[in-house]
Amino acid sequence: MSVKGQSRRQGVIRLLLMGLPWSLRPAQAQRMNSGQLLSFEAMVQPLVKGAPLRAQDVRLHAPILAENGSLVPVQVQVNSPMTAQEHVTHVHLLSQRNPVTQMAVFELGPWNGRAEISTRVRLAGTQELVALARLSNGEFRYARMEIIVTESACVDAS
Amino acid sequence: MSIARVQWPDRIAAGEVVKVRLLIQHPMDTGYLQDLTGKLVPRNVIRQLTCTLGGQEVLRVQPSSGIAANPFFEFHLRAMQTADFRAEWTDDRGVQGVLTQTMAVA
Repeated sequence: MSVKGQSRRQGVIRLLLMGLPWSLRPAQAQRMNSGQLLSFEAMVQPLVKGAPLRAQDVRLHAPILAENGSLVPVQVQVNSPMTAQEHVTHVHLLSQRNPVTQMAVFELGPWNGRAEISTRVRLAGTQELVALARLSNGEFRYARMEIIVTESACVDAS
Repeated sequence: MSIARVQWPDRIAAGEVVKVRLLIQHPMDTGYLQDLTGKLVPRNVIRQLTCTLGGQEVLRVQPSSGIAANPFFEFHLRAMQTADFRAEWTDDRGVQGVLTQTMAVA
């Protein structure tokens, strides 16, 4: 019995060791500087260009922990009456670590009735997400959120 | 070839703000991944997606490689009368996709 148990334990250890090179390989395979994290200013200033920016009126919903970075559901809600005078014109989804910082831009208008969008994004590792909304008066509102990603989108082909 | 689906509530009252869910079948290749032979798969993502309702533009999205494969978009729009909803998109290879569906408003 004990012999059997030991051999099983050894088998498990051997399996773990076999898996080790696999877990190390993808990181070497990707040739991109996804290791660096952009500062918040570097993420938003190319879009904001000095316009008023406030951390209010925007809500960003996403899982705190994403098991797979290839598919992370994200929802952005902007508190806006969406009238012809006062509405949201753009919603930018920004990533801190992805090789492409701006993941998507949504152009909205008063015809949408509600400034609320959802999509599914790819994340190259644990990072901060920023939802940046441009209002019709030229001001910007944002929300930021830290998402822990256990498996990066840049290693899996799916 | 692209396949897409769009979904909204069955019953829509005039002037109601409806939730629209759009799903497009597309690989959204990032250009960073390799295939099984070790060759880089060239980038092929949807660059522009435009949705119109009765000829009026209601949503424009510029996705990047940061949007997951088979992109899904959920948004809202105000339905005033029965009109044709049309979604058009173009990817990096220049392949265009179109989806039209009539939105019935009671």
